[in-house]
Amino acid sequence: MMVTASSPEQTVNADFSAPSVIPPAGQTPPPARSARKSRLSLAWQDIMEACGLWRLAVTLGWLDVRLQYSGSTLGPFWLTLTTAVMVGAMGGIYSQLFHLKLQDYLPYISISLILWQNGLSTLIQESCGTFTRATDTLRSVTMPYTVQALRTTIRCGVMFSYTVIVPVVVFIIMGKWPGVTMLLALPALALWLIDCVAFCLLLGSVCARFRDIPPIVGSLLQIFFYVTPVIWEAKQLGPTATWLYLNPFYSMLDIVRMPFLGHVPSGLSWGIALGTSLVLCLLSLFTFSRSRSKLAFWV
Amino acid sequence: MNETLIHARRVPEGTSHIIIDKLSLNFPIFHGGARSLKKMLLKRGKSVLTNARTLRTGGQVQLEPGESGTVQVQALDNVSLSIKAGERVGLIGHNGAGKSTLLRVMAGIYMPDAPNVDIYGQVASLLDVNSGMNQELTGRENITLMGRHKGMTTPQIRQLEENVESFAQLETFLDLPVRLYSTGMRIRLGFGIATTMTPQILLMDEWFMAGDFHFQERAEKRLASVVNGTDILVITSHALDVLEKWCTRLIWMEAGQIHMDGPTKEVMLAYKASTATPAAS
Repeated sequence: MMVTASSPEQTVNADFSAPSVIPPAGQTPPPARSARKSRLSLAWQDIMEACGLWRLAVTLGWLDVRLQYSGSTLGPFWLTLTTAVMVGAMGGIYSQLFHLKLQDYLPYISISLILWQNGLSTLIQESCGTFTRATDTLRSVTMPYTVQALRTTIRCGVMFSYTVIVPVVVFIIMGKWPGVTMLLALPALALWLIDCVAFCLLLGSVCARFRDIPPIVGSLLQIFFYVTPVIWEAKQLGPTATWLYLNPFYSMLDIVRMPFLGHVPSGLSWGIALGTSLVLCLLSLFTFSRSRSKLAFWV
Repeated sequence: MNETLIHARRVPEGTSHIIIDKLSLNFPIFHGGARSLKKMLLKRGKSVLTNARTLRTGGQVQLEPGESGTVQVQALDNVSLSIKAGERVGLIGHNGAGKSTLLRVMAGIYMPDAPNVDIYGQVASLLDVNSGMNQELTGRENITLMGRHKGMTTPQIRQLEENVESFAQLETFLDLPVRLYSTGMRIRLGFGIATTMTPQILLMDEWFMAGDFHFQERAEKRLASVVNGTDILVITSHALDVLEKWCTRLIWMEAGQIHMDGPTKEVMLAYKASTATPAAS
């Protein structure tokens, strides 16, 4: 590829008249990025460009997972192992506390717990560091910011898929295979992925500015863990269970959990989940578009 | 390989330009409670209460401009410039004069949406030795990442890898994590990756001047072939002889402002006279 090095002076156009004077508007070709574009459309453009770079995001996400577990022989299967131990322990204790048959309760808690712990909760907490983790890259390379959001989503998705092994094994052992209904969880999981990107853009931007938000998010999630039917079942509440619909996490969890347990999720759950997602996406688009041009200074 | 693989944002030959019109850039510096949402809300709440209760004498004195607790540092002050295709521009000035900041503005990292900044053409920047490299990954993996960033497909990345491998001559080190590299080796890798493609606008910070003598020679050759293919080159450096050799125009920055802008010879003379260190390099 190497061309013989010719002295650059020879090829250079030596003409430069009054360099600091801006040429009249007629001479300048139309700018590539219109100056009058709104922040919103610029943010949207950022998201679209990042989607075009999905290969980069996937590579980055995978490498993140690999690096995190590079020192161990088990690798990400450590996640599977710790989840299995936790599910076993909590299943044993709570089936005693709630006077439930382990055979019925263990499949429930196994899928509930991983959906909450390794799904929603991890996803939201990890989204806080979307931009602060990539400080060096953001400061030195021109790259759509949304790539970082996709990267975090992929990383969480990969780590999540390692833990799904646990409930699947439990279902097989307990003879509770949900059958074809399980496929209904797929559109719900797709919705989760979209929400994860939205969370990354929203919390990622806000956390880049205010560094005390991750602990606040952590404590809020802890509260939601108890008020959302994760370790307990909605039917245990009896008629008051309808109040649970006020908690959007309940519906978000339900649309994925129900198919795994062999039931079709209710339309109300899907409705609330879709509504919540729409609000979340709009909110994140708004926040991201407002903070995008300042992110390089914040991180 | 030197043929551009990626055509994203490429504009017709010879039409690229950089136009910056009266740009000022303030760095917000967050210190104390400015990073904390709780403290900021408390502060706001407090000031609302005190304003309501006490009578004020005279006007309001704003001790901390901008958002509460943040201090603004002005890095660029009313900078206007226009660079046309065919120009090779060098930025000079002492440390902290705003050279690197200006370069980052041109790269679209700072103020990407500013209406008074118009960057037209495909931009590539060599701003940081580690630019986007992951320290834990091997050199080879970093090459792959870089290729993915440029939107390359897998066969194109293979090609890129071979090209960089033959240039950087890192041999077995290419399969070791980048954090084990010496600075010189990092430069070889970073430089190798950055110069495999010919952008229309090339922005370089001064780091690429490092490396041993043997490498310098090869680097210059390689750079020459890239530079000759670009429309616009903007470099910052303290090595005046390098600037004299490469640039047709110098912009002398001082305290965030353009102090002098003109043909290399004129600016160089004035600069040397002011620093009074003859032929410092």
